[in-house]
Amino acid sequence: MALSGIQIYKLLPQTNCKECGFPTCLAFAMKLAAKQVELSSCPYVSEESKKQLAESAAPPIRLVALKGAGAEVKAGNEVVMFRHEKTFYNKPGLFIHVKASDPDLAAKVAAADAYKVNYVGMDFTVDGFALVLDSDAAAAIQTVRGATKRPLILIGDAAALQAGLSACGGETPLLYAADASNADALAELAKGKAALTVKADSLEALADLTQKIQAKGVEDMVLDLGGKNLSEWLTRSTQVRRLALKANFRALGYPVIAFPCDAQDEGIAAAQAIAKYAGFIVLSEFKPELLYPLLVLRENIYTDPQKPIQVQPGVYEINQPKPESPVLVTTNFSITYFSVANEVEGSGLPAWLVVTDAEGMSVLTAWAAGKFDAERIAKAIKGFDVASKVAKKRVVLPGHVAVLSGELEAELPDWEIRVGPREAVDLPAFMKQALN
Amino acid sequence: MPLEIPKDKWPGSVRAVTIGAASADGGTRSKSITIGGQTTLPYLHFEAPTPNQPVVGIEIKSRRPEDWSTLLNEPWGDVMDDPAAWAKKAEEAGAGLLVLGLTLADSPEDAVKAVKSVLAASGLPLVVWGPGQAEKDNELLVPVAEAAKGERLVLGICEDKNYRTIVATAMANGHLVQARTPMDVNLSKQLNILISDMGMPKDRIIMDPTTGALGYGIEYGYSVMQRLRLAALQGDAMTQFPMLVTPGYEAWKTKEAKVGEGVPETWGDWKTRAVNWETYTALALIESGADIVVLRHPESVARVKAAIAELVTA
Repeated sequence: MALSGIQIYKLLPQTNCKECGFPTCLAFAMKLAAKQVELSSCPYVSEESKKQLAESAAPPIRLVALKGAGAEVKAGNEVVMFRHEKTFYNKPGLFIHVKASDPDLAAKVAAADAYKVNYVGMDFTVDGFALVLDSDAAAAIQTVRGATKRPLILIGDAAALQAGLSACGGETPLLYAADASNADALAELAKGKAALTVKADSLEALADLTQKIQAKGVEDMVLDLGGKNLSEWLTRSTQVRRLALKANFRALGYPVIAFPCDAQDEGIAAAQAIAKYAGFIVLSEFKPELLYPLLVLRENIYTDPQKPIQVQPGVYEINQPKPESPVLVTTNFSITYFSVANEVEGSGLPAWLVVTDAEGMSVLTAWAAGKFDAERIAKAIKGFDVASKVAKKRVVLPGHVAVLSGELEAELPDWEIRVGPREAVDLPAFMKQALN
Repeated sequence: MPLEIPKDKWPGSVRAVTIGAASADGGTRSKSITIGGQTTLPYLHFEAPTPNQPVVGIEIKSRRPEDWSTLLNEPWGDVMDDPAAWAKKAEEAGAGLLVLGLTLADSPEDAVKAVKSVLAASGLPLVVWGPGQAEKDNELLVPVAEAAKGERLVLGICEDKNYRTIVATAMANGHLVQARTPMDVNLSKQLNILISDMGMPKDRIIMDPTTGALGYGIEYGYSVMQRLRLAALQGDAMTQFPMLVTPGYEAWKTKEAKVGEGVPETWGDWKTRAVNWETYTALALIESGADIVVLRHPESVARVKAAIAELVTA
């Protein structure tokens, strides 16, 4: 059974040395109880305590980190079935499938590696490459390493994997894959050097295999659940997650890898894998029109429900505004920002949109919480130096906070304060009729 | 080693709701469809079978929409000027039901004419949406409901502002209502209670919890739907309704789907990206419990239908 925070605290040194990154041993114990940290963060815990804590302190789904030549991607350590129960933590890594024998290997890897797409101020990239070792492994890895630092999944037979692994010195790649026929050899190979994918036809056989491999000294494993269609994959992925989280079943307490590249509809299979618990996802090739929506879906699903997505406060230019274009104000809650930006953008009317730091709340919520008041709005207008961009000092407040206009006049004495509509959808009409 | 898979046993279930009436039931539809009836979370066949498949609806309009992406002109073309022809083409494209959106430009006579022409052109069950302004919705939907008495239409969009009129006419004329609330579990429940309190039979309510597209709030819609479905299974009667959502409408108003020029190159090929935007939004919502997804592009329809066929296979 899992121990409580207090029970764990009794087994810790109780010196409050802070080296684990928490202010007290009790705080660290509470995090351990919530399975949010690893015991190894405490440098002074006794061997005896370690043994007692090992079972209860380990996260139900092991955190597996793949390391490249300077970049890392992690999966596992999840604690809930539904994102609204808490949050999902480690976004599944998106890997691009490439082949050692491909004459264009270097160019393909370089193109995918360079990919960077911006979404509300965040840059998204691919996470790594799944390299099929179907020709000289060492040469292929040299080629790949010339084009990317990102982590690798190595796919091949035992001999190819051995050659590949020895060419990846200092890294932690993921080897693909151990099954009943080669488990001993691959366990020996992976031990201490790589994470190992394990696959079997049934969850029972998979659990047997992970236990066998763990007994050989391999800790970092990743599960390939097979599954011939969306339904089977959903079932198995749900079952593995439940066994780990609800039954604390260690033999399947590992991240899961998905291969949408083998599915009927790759994008759909990848979208399901993102929503339903995959830790690593292998895509057939680098295609921005496939990747970008998946990266956005992943960001959305893995957003902490208690911390809404925020956009960077600042002045956003919509439809190439000129000095005489109107200045609109809103909050940095992403949905609020999008509603306003989309309506104005769709109307074709140019505007300066001032996004204030309202801690990610919508207009009314932020106003009620005191995060969107005259002072903050004035601070944004001054801080972003809006006056230097415009010819006419006139700012449009959201209709819901009309009540702020008097105070804002006091804060911004040389500005004209106008009250706009309550809903974003009415903005274009307002801009056309009332702002001339 | 033998495994004991943890299984959920739920006290509650989702109500089965039938849309469209065939001639034997007083309507003219060539067939009706039934949604809902679930006793567990979506597609977990190891716990319970999926009693009714989710349905893909196609959205058409009473007149050519002016604000739709030009990408949608390619597949639909001239039929966008004629709701009856559009309805036929949507049926050929694989729609399981039709969603006819009326517009602000429609008079009550126009609305009735459009609905009748669609009913005559296609035997599919029909959802009719008002233009989305409470007063105008009432003005158009009441005569539509009367003219199509007995067809078991779904009348939308029924919101806190106008539910009384729409529910009353739905009750009087044998239709259903689409109860829409803005991405909030409690608001959903509240509207369902208000509608039920008017005497609306509970097998004639469909919830529309609203959603956002990828990147535009889907995480809220997704979680609200999961929470509503969990509440239903836990036995909360006022959440035990099937869910309809509109990924087509939401996805096609995003810049990613709508705009092909002047956007970052990193967004990739416009058309594929746009269809992906709609398709993935729909797929995610189906995984979180949607019973009806309303789409716009025929390629999305085909892909989502193929995904549904896989998901409902035990």
